[in-house]
Amino acid sequence: MEQALEYLAFSPPGWGGNLLRGLASTLQIALGAYALGLCLGLFGALGKIYGGPVTRWGLEIYTTLIRAVPELVLILLLYYAGTDLLNTALESFGYERIDISGLWAGIYVIGFVQGAYSTEVFRAAFQAVPTGQIEAARAIGMSSFKSHTRVVIPAMIPFAIPGLANLWLITTKDTALLAVVGFSELLLETKQAAGGTKSYLLFYSAAAVLYLLVTLCSNVIFGQIERHYRRGQPAQT
Amino acid sequence: MEWYWLPEYAPRFVEGIWLTLQLLVLAMFFGMAIAIPVGLVQVTGPRPLAWLAKSFTTLIRGTPLLVQIWLVYYGLGSLFPSIPGLRESFLWPILRDAFPYAVFALTLSVAGYEGEIMRGAFRSVPNGELEAARAMGMSRFTILRRIWLPRALQNVFPTLTGEFILTLKATPLVSTITIYEAFGIGTIVRQETYRIYEPLLLLAAIYAFLTLILVVIFRYFENRIPKRAL
Amino acid sequence: MKKFLTVLAGTAAALSMSAQLAFADIKVGIAAEAYPPFAEKAADGSWKGWEVEIIGAVCAAMKENCEIVPVAWDGIIPALLAKKMDVIMASMSITEERQKTIAFSDKYYNTPAVIVASKGASISGDPASVKGKIVGVQVSTIHANYVEKHFGDADAKSYNTFDEHNQDLVAGRVDAVVGDSLAMEPFLSSDAGKGFEIKGELNDVAVFGPGVGGGMRKEDTDLAAKLNAAIKQIREDGTYEKISKKYFSFDIYGG
Repeated sequence: MEQALEYLAFSPPGWGGNLLRGLASTLQIALGAYALGLCLGLFGALGKIYGGPVTRWGLEIYTTLIRAVPELVLILLLYYAGTDLLNTALESFGYERIDISGLWAGIYVIGFVQGAYSTEVFRAAFQAVPTGQIEAARAIGMSSFKSHTRVVIPAMIPFAIPGLANLWLITTKDTALLAVVGFSELLLETKQAAGGTKSYLLFYSAAAVLYLLVTLCSNVIFGQIERHYRRGQPAQT
Repeated sequence: MEWYWLPEYAPRFVEGIWLTLQLLVLAMFFGMAIAIPVGLVQVTGPRPLAWLAKSFTTLIRGTPLLVQIWLVYYGLGSLFPSIPGLRESFLWPILRDAFPYAVFALTLSVAGYEGEIMRGAFRSVPNGELEAARAMGMSRFTILRRIWLPRALQNVFPTLTGEFILTLKATPLVSTITIYEAFGIGTIVRQETYRIYEPLLLLAAIYAFLTLILVVIFRYFENRIPKRAL
Repeated sequence: MKKFLTVLAGTAAALSMSAQLAFADIKVGIAAEAYPPFAEKAADGSWKGWEVEIIGAVCAAMKENCEIVPVAWDGIIPALLAKKMDVIMASMSITEERQKTIAFSDKYYNTPAVIVASKGASISGDPASVKGKIVGVQVSTIHANYVEKHFGDADAKSYNTFDEHNQDLVAGRVDAVVGDSLAMEPFLSSDAGKGFEIKGELNDVAVFGPGVGGGMRKEDTDLAAKLNAAIKQIREDGTYEKISKKYFSFDIYGG
């Protein structure tokens, strides 16, 4: 037991500090990826609803492919293809190649995948907004842009929140897949700590506890966000 | 793009896909078998069991599947040397091979997520139907068997399709514990031929195709479920 | 809306600032999984080990700034080809198969491969002794190639890392493992490895090659020349010996 506490200590020779650094990395990647996913999802949903046939068709392919192929395959493909494309583009413009650090590659890769899922969440949320509200906004003379920013998007948010909360949890757990690719985040640090000390049960359990803490805190936060945005609305049955 | 390696590795891919399907079916079957009581007990009680079920689903849904897989395989595996006589026991062939661990971890995962969905499903069956059955004199078990469970499953069928596909997409993770399903074979190809994109594109195509087949099968069954007239 | 745009602009700025120009340093790739005594992660997050120190010495001899980039072993060659790093120094052996795709520097060490099993087991380097047994190896290594070529009757299990197959050896899931003799030392002298011993040394120059070298892209010929000169230099000026003495009691350069 004392050895377990010794291994988990924050400063060397305890590995606790490493695990917490990994957790910080995980949260950074998750936040960045989630934000990217939200942006892509918002524009994707708008594109699917208002876009022309080409836009809609392209977005349909994007969302279907991403949701049909396992994340692990997507992460590897996007990592190599994405950095390759970026560098080819830069070289053709005469710039030097840049190297994306693991952190930003992780954000880009997971964010791109989350974008497909959040497109569907936002699309369902947009379509749940009562059309009466949109018509009323146009009737009093608001431009399309104004009616969207002042009426549609705020009305859409309460419908989107449960789906978005779910996506956040999925994002945090998807970051663990980056360990298979070798990016430094919590699970990779755990694997290295477990391998270094041979205390596999201890460290994998510690990692599970840390992820669980993130989930529980997120649930509380999202519960409060949902309550804020649902104020004034009839209670859910 | 170079595909010279494909004929050589094709038989192994077929074996890998078969392994993937085995994992998928076993995990869904056993997972649902556990999920139904887990969901039900949270609606009916008793309280301690409901709390246990809730903790189970929270734990499974709150931790990444990869952590669960490694915890089960390497974590439990590290306990083996301290159990005397384990290697001579009849359990040893099961504990030694990696496949049971993969099925176990995937089953728990399915049970955790589906347990939560079944909870909502059981709750969504209109109380009126259950009361009518009670009034007709059906025993509690008969109500469950004839009314509650079938109605709950009908309500939740579209979601189940999605969950089946999510489980399919989770199977690549077991390649990290020496199981050579489709993704594992793809990894071998990547390492032996040093091709970057082609094996990954083939894997994407394989999984997209499997997903398509699953969706078609489920849609066929979905059309056979009677829908409410309203 | 304004807030949203400023956040977007800020993110774009941050992204461009964090991207680094390649070729400013030399990026040396090592395996993200520990491989003591050559490379392992310390509790404070830094990398240490014989190979890590040799990398430092070689870079000093080349008068270059080196950055260590840990990459998952099973994707390390594709990562090199995709220019994620410039040279691999991860105890990668020089083999003909690998030379089809990448170029190697001169060797910087050579140690034999061994087969390890529990003390009572009747396993040795003889292929007949492992018939029907389960042998663990690390994927994509010369040891895996050896097992495939010579131990065809055995059931080979491939693991992503050296550490994982040792772990399964302890758990009893595999009957024997094949790996590098020096990398086995820390395992055999640890508590977990107490009941195991080296059963035999394995030799096949065709499979094992001349030794471990630095892997580079074929077109980087100047880098190869610089690296070879640096390796020669640290052998001649005693730096190699000084570093090796800290870890090993004999010269691991090999014949």
